[in-house]
Amino acid sequence: MGKRVLLIEDEPNIIEAISFILSRDGWTVETHANGHDAVDVVQGNLPDVLILDVMLPGKSGYDILRELRAHHGQTELPVLMLTARGQSKDRDLAEQAGVNRFITKPFSNAEVLDAVRDLGEA
Amino acid sequence: MIALNALVAICLSYVAFLFAVAFVAERAARRGQVGWLRSPLVYTLSLSIYCTAWTFYGAVGYAARSGLEYITIYLGPSLVMLGWWWLVRKMVRIGRTQRLTSIADLISSRFGKSNLLAIGVTILAVIGTTPYIALQLQSVTLSFDVFAQASGEAEQLPSAIWVAIGLALFTVVFGTRNLDVNERHHGVVMAIAVEAVVKLFALMAVGLFVVWGIGGGLGATLEKIDDSEIGAWQVEGGRWAGLMLLSAAAFLCLPRMFQVMVVENDDEAHLRTASWAFPTYLICMSLFVVPIAVVGLDLMPAGSNPDLFVLTIPLSQGREGLAILSFLGGFSSATSMVIVAAIALSTMVSNHIVMPIWLRFTNSGAVVSGDVRNVVLLARRLSIVGVVMLGYLYYRLSGGGNALAAIGLVSFTGVAQVLPVVLGGLFWRGATRIGAFAGLTLGFSVWLFTLFLPSVGTGVVISTTVMEQGFFGWSWLRPQALFGIEGLDPLMHTLFWSLALNTIAFFGFSLVSFPTPLERLQGAQFVNIFQHSSSVRSWSPGVAQSEDLMVMAQRILGAGEAQALFSRAARKQGVSGNLPEPTPGFLELLERELSGSVGAATAHAMIGQIVGGMSVSVQDLMAVADESAQLMEYSARLKEQSDELSRTARKLREANQKLTRISVQKDAFLSQISHELRTPMTSVRAFSEILRDSGQLTEAEQTKYASIIHDEAIRLTRLLDDLLDLSVLENGQVSLNLRHDMLRDLLDRAAAAALADDDGSALRLRRDRALEDIPIYTDPDRLTQVFINLISNSKKYCEAETPELHIRVGQRGDLLSLDFVDNGFGISPEAQDVIFEKFARVSDQKAGGAGLGLAICRQIMARLGGEITYLKGEGGAAFRIDLPTNITVAAQ
Repeated sequence: MGKRVLLIEDEPNIIEAISFILSRDGWTVETHANGHDAVDVVQGNLPDVLILDVMLPGKSGYDILRELRAHHGQTELPVLMLTARGQSKDRDLAEQAGVNRFITKPFSNAEVLDAVRDLGEA
Repeated sequence: MIALNALVAICLSYVAFLFAVAFVAERAARRGQVGWLRSPLVYTLSLSIYCTAWTFYGAVGYAARSGLEYITIYLGPSLVMLGWWWLVRKMVRIGRTQRLTSIADLISSRFGKSNLLAIGVTILAVIGTTPYIALQLQSVTLSFDVFAQASGEAEQLPSAIWVAIGLALFTVVFGTRNLDVNERHHGVVMAIAVEAVVKLFALMAVGLFVVWGIGGGLGATLEKIDDSEIGAWQVEGGRWAGLMLLSAAAFLCLPRMFQVMVVENDDEAHLRTASWAFPTYLICMSLFVVPIAVVGLDLMPAGSNPDLFVLTIPLSQGREGLAILSFLGGFSSATSMVIVAAIALSTMVSNHIVMPIWLRFTNSGAVVSGDVRNVVLLARRLSIVGVVMLGYLYYRLSGGGNALAAIGLVSFTGVAQVLPVVLGGLFWRGATRIGAFAGLTLGFSVWLFTLFLPSVGTGVVISTTVMEQGFFGWSWLRPQALFGIEGLDPLMHTLFWSLALNTIAFFGFSLVSFPTPLERLQGAQFVNIFQHSSSVRSWSPGVAQSEDLMVMAQRILGAGEAQALFSRAARKQGVSGNLPEPTPGFLELLERELSGSVGAATAHAMIGQIVGGMSVSVQDLMAVADESAQLMEYSARLKEQSDELSRTARKLREANQKLTRISVQKDAFLSQISHELRTPMTSVRAFSEILRDSGQLTEAEQTKYASIIHDEAIRLTRLLDDLLDLSVLENGQVSLNLRHDMLRDLLDRAAAAALADDDGSALRLRRDRALEDIPIYTDPDRLTQVFINLISNSKKYCEAETPELHIRVGQRGDLLSLDFVDNGFGISPEAQDVIFEKFARVSDQKAGGAGLGLAICRQIMARLGGEITYLKGEGGAAFRIDLPTNITVAAQ
């Protein structure tokens, strides 16, 4: 039983791709596809690494991360954020929210895999 | 006996002598040798034109008929000079500061420079003075008559017309020799001063002769007086008071008195002398009236005219020399009165009637000053002739039969109508032009109706019937018994009613009317003349404080420039320090400097305030107001320009805001596009890497991942197509391919395209094909694109178990409306506002669209001359398309 990754993402094809890559590396991948109850899902079953999309239905990735860090004491939870909006102000927003890694789509599979490994080992 | 020719010759010589006096005085004045011309004595003597032939001859007649009553005619003016000298002083001060030329000018000026009022007063004065001039002509003619009868030459009696012509000529020659801005006539004043001496000397001589030559000394004469009827005459209090009031009013209001008292006044201080000297003169004039009357009544045959006792007594005693002296005295009285009255009236007539008319009928802009001068002189001359001739006409009409005194009093009463307005104007700021007009009109009308017209002679103007039964037969309008009050003598009757109604109307109308701003200013100037005593418009040194001037100059010119100006002036004057002496020269320099900044009038007024020697006059204020008006106009223009600027600035700001908004929108759009492009590319990259890097993939996995890459590539292509399409539509670069087609065919094509790849979606279309049979002229491909979009959206988003899209067609004239309504849950109200915006995806689920479809639809409909809107309250999602069946018709 490897370490667990929780992937919050709404684009089915991307879910499929990331699940495939991480599973092959021995990770247990769980997924969730909307922002509404994402915080509760994380809280209910804390993963080793959280992968968070920004543009989610219901609630943005920034808001979810802020809530986790500020209101639920999840200051140590390693978070990797993925976004299709690649402007510098999006990176700033993510860092303000307390992200550990920030990767812009489209990404290379190796890049995501390395990031998750780093975060999982820390 | 004296031949008539000799008398005429004496007259002519006397006139020639007066000419010489006037000429010498005039020349001296022109040379600036005015010292002796300006003595208070000359001023006092010139006032004696109050004593006309009426006084000279008529007083004796008056005394013979009515006893001591004649003295009231002297008492009125004496009381004015002794007791009311401050009133006269006020008139003189106002006359000088306002540069008034006549009594009409005084009234017009006081009431806001109303020319209408000036014309009214002028007409009143002319009509009021006419009988008086007639009286002088009559007296001269009568005196000639006396000599003619004595020498038996009655047939060769010089007609009154010659006297009139002679007087007019003299007046024209001396009254209009030159045109002085101050309307001063030194020559004429000197001549009438000489005449005043002559008439006093003549009357005194006759008086002395009568008392000591005939009466047998003072004691005997006094006894004779006590014995005569005159001594027994009772004093009637009411009538005496009335007559005194009348003569006082006349003294103040007669145009000729205003001329000598105010206009010809050189120095206000002369009034001090005149205030006792003139009453003394009057006493001298009246001293021997009673003795002459008593002796005359005693001496002369019954029925002889007492008006001529002054002449007939010396003649009857064979004293021809004395008679001639006496004749010259009477002649002097008559001529001086006519001359001054004619000058005064001609000034009024030409200034207030002729010149305004002339100026109106000529192009005033093109007038050369020399022209105006000639016109004024001509107007004066014609006016003089006209005034004298009017007097002659009155003399002829009235037949010359009335007693001299009676005619004089008619005149006095007419002129006295001006008194309430003059007094009110001088002492009451509330007096208004309308009040003045009402008072004058009413008083003058009453006078005209009750005294003047009847005086011409019953039956001449007013018929006997009117006299006895009243105007229109109304008994209360009988000229000599207004409102049914009878028993008063006509003079007192008129005096009472005219002045009473005049005063009441003047005060009444003044109280209910409002003065104009100019009237207010002038009123304040007149009433408070002694607080505003200003003299000439040049600076007097002494009181000015250089330091105050410096402070003021700094405010206007700025500190540096003001200090430079002051120290320059100080150096020039050789004064140590930076403050120069406030010499007139420096004040003028400063005024010029300040004028450049604040305007001439304001500069003058400001310096005037500090120098203190003068205060601000009405003219100054008006000029300041003019400048302020110009400044205001200027600042209004500035404000206009600044408004224009701020309008431009606002437009720029709006344009900038618009640009910023567009820029923000563009950023958001790019960000959106980036997101929409990156998402499919992420899948493409990820899966292509998986296919490349992972060796042991099952065939099913390989196929699945390859088709994901394929689908995402198609999604990318569609997105790029949509973006380009939208870009073209938004920029208006789209070219429409207009054709005739049938609506039903378009809908068929759209349904086929949208539902072609039957992917298991169960969307059912509900249509009424019969209603769709509508010919349409439009771009069919574009319209079909919109239909496809709507059907696809419904297919993607309709949540109903058996999804159904109802397409309703309606037609109203050239307008077509299609509703696309499905049976899903519809679109939330807040989302309804944004669905037509780019990238506005409402649904949470992924449906493969980039959110550009409805934005494209909206652009297409706009190009096709119609619109697409969300239809509220239909339950499911509902869109309405409105469009013209013929796009070209709609375009028109």
